[in-house]
Amino acid sequence: MILESRTRMSARRRREIRNGYLFLIPSLAGTGGFVLIPFLDVIRRSFLRAVGNGFVGLENYRQVLENEAFCLAAGNTAGFMAVCIPLLLGMSLLLAVLVGRIKVLRYQMKAGFLLPMAIPAASVVVFFKLMFAGNGWLTGVVTHFGGTGKDWLGEGSAFWILTACYIWKNLGYNMILWLSGLLSIPEEQYEAARVQGAGEWKCFLYITLPQLRETAFVTALLSFVNAFRVFREAYLLAGDYPHESIYMLQHLFNNWFVSLDIQKMTAAAVMLVLLTGGILGAGEWYEIRRRKAEERRI
Amino acid sequence: MSLGGRASLGSRISLGSRTPLGSRMSLGDRISLRGRMSFGSRMARGVLGIITVLFFIAMIFPFVILISGSLMGKQELSELFGAVFSGQSGQAGFRLFPMYPTLRAYVRLLLDSPEYFTAFWNSFIQTAGVLAGQLLTAVPAAWAFAQFRFPGKRVLWMLYLLLMLLPFQVTMVSGYLVLNTLHLLDTRWAVILPGAFSTLPVFILQKTFAGIPKEVTEAAQIDGAGPLRIFFTIGLPLGKPGIFSILILGFLEYWNAIEQPMTYLRAEELRPLSLYLPQMVNTETAAAFAASIVTLLPALLLFFSGQDSLERGIAMSGGYSGGGENG
Repeated sequence: MILESRTRMSARRRREIRNGYLFLIPSLAGTGGFVLIPFLDVIRRSFLRAVGNGFVGLENYRQVLENEAFCLAAGNTAGFMAVCIPLLLGMSLLLAVLVGRIKVLRYQMKAGFLLPMAIPAASVVVFFKLMFAGNGWLTGVVTHFGGTGKDWLGEGSAFWILTACYIWKNLGYNMILWLSGLLSIPEEQYEAARVQGAGEWKCFLYITLPQLRETAFVTALLSFVNAFRVFREAYLLAGDYPHESIYMLQHLFNNWFVSLDIQKMTAAAVMLVLLTGGILGAGEWYEIRRRKAEERRI
Repeated sequence: MSLGGRASLGSRISLGSRTPLGSRMSLGDRISLRGRMSFGSRMARGVLGIITVLFFIAMIFPFVILISGSLMGKQELSELFGAVFSGQSGQAGFRLFPMYPTLRAYVRLLLDSPEYFTAFWNSFIQTAGVLAGQLLTAVPAAWAFAQFRFPGKRVLWMLYLLLMLLPFQVTMVSGYLVLNTLHLLDTRWAVILPGAFSTLPVFILQKTFAGIPKEVTEAAQIDGAGPLRIFFTIGLPLGKPGIFSILILGFLEYWNAIEQPMTYLRAEELRPLSLYLPQMVNTETAAAFAASIVTLLPALLLFFSGQDSLERGIAMSGGYSGGGENG
């Protein structure tokens, strides 16, 4: 009797496994064929000489790491991420709280905030040029108040223009993500806290923030993905070789690609994958440990 | 606590204190501190409202400028913006509304710029191809990740996450190598195929599907429904907002794709709008404003026809799987 039910269970389990893979296969085949398997070739090439296919060990990696452009681009990309992602997360959370309070025209407000997502990069660039070109509006305003204008995109200020562009584009999307997180917190918890005399700020600090963990994770992840996409605007605004404050890894890869510097590209790609994978793995390890600790507590 | 004691000072916004504690409360009621509306907090409320409105204006300002520019005549545009776009001397002028509004730029664009239409068509094919591919691969994959337990799932999920996080430039070489071997470079497939297997929609949809309670699918299973039937009759209908939102997000992504066509397409006649438009800005500024508006129309239409679904879909991916909220 027990044995029978056990074999039946395992048959069911086998079916589940089979079905899971069946649903996954179209996607897995494509990803495997277009990314995973060719990436093995990329790894192989990263150890080879450009001409003649000789094995050179870590020579390509050394060249990349000693490359000045790579150091500049990697530093810029990391700096950009470190500045713009926390800024975007904070601003969008603030906005979510603000918009959440609004009682009139909320729907239209949200539409307006989401609108920048839909505007093509090329159109965005028209506006940014008008605004920040040497003889654009910002210069106009500055000279009006007695300052001197400049080509804002040709200076260190380009970094902040790009940051503004990124925030402008992604603010609405992140706001919706935060709003969903805010709404999932049961109202009773606020009630209980208020009865005990907690103020608004305390409620936010001790009820809202801790429960936004999951939302924060997803929002941060998607913000990271979108941060790479700001290359479009940067490229259209300033071309292959922008001011060095916004020379990103994407520019570098693009230029290597144009000059067919495949060896450097493959080595750099492998390093980036290792780095991202490492961070992701560490995060996963931490999460598993945290969950285990939580289970023990319960 | 003098509730509304100073209400005579102006607007009685302490409306929140009178709403019943029902379920149909707006977020505003939820997070605001009811019953303690002093003059100070009402002031604070007003200030916050103003900040929100300022935010809003800053967000839609570029859009307003584009529309206004598209309604200007050649002469007016050149007078105002010639300094920036065609190297005339002087300073760019600012005008919120056109002085002599005209639709001529649109007419010119629609009647005599065949290249624009070719580019439009290219964009359309490219986007439609990618979206069709994503529907066929990402939707079932997300279902697999959400509903089944199978060995290797955790590892594969991490792999998908990693692929989602990597920028296009990192996978550019491997993509190039495959497309080259398959002789697909410089064809529409070069943009469509890699895009169709993007893992971002899988990530977004997985949360939506995971929100479907196990009891529902198990009940269907007991009633004798097969896995495909469950997918089509339960998964797809319940996951509709999520699917809709990955379609809109995918549309915006590939309608505006720049890196992929730039890398994999050399032929001029295959270039999508996203590459043609920047060129236009430099050569025919007068038509470029109208062209930007026409370019963003499809995105805008899709966007507003599905704002509810989009919001709900985005919200679901954020960890909260319930209905949307639209006050």
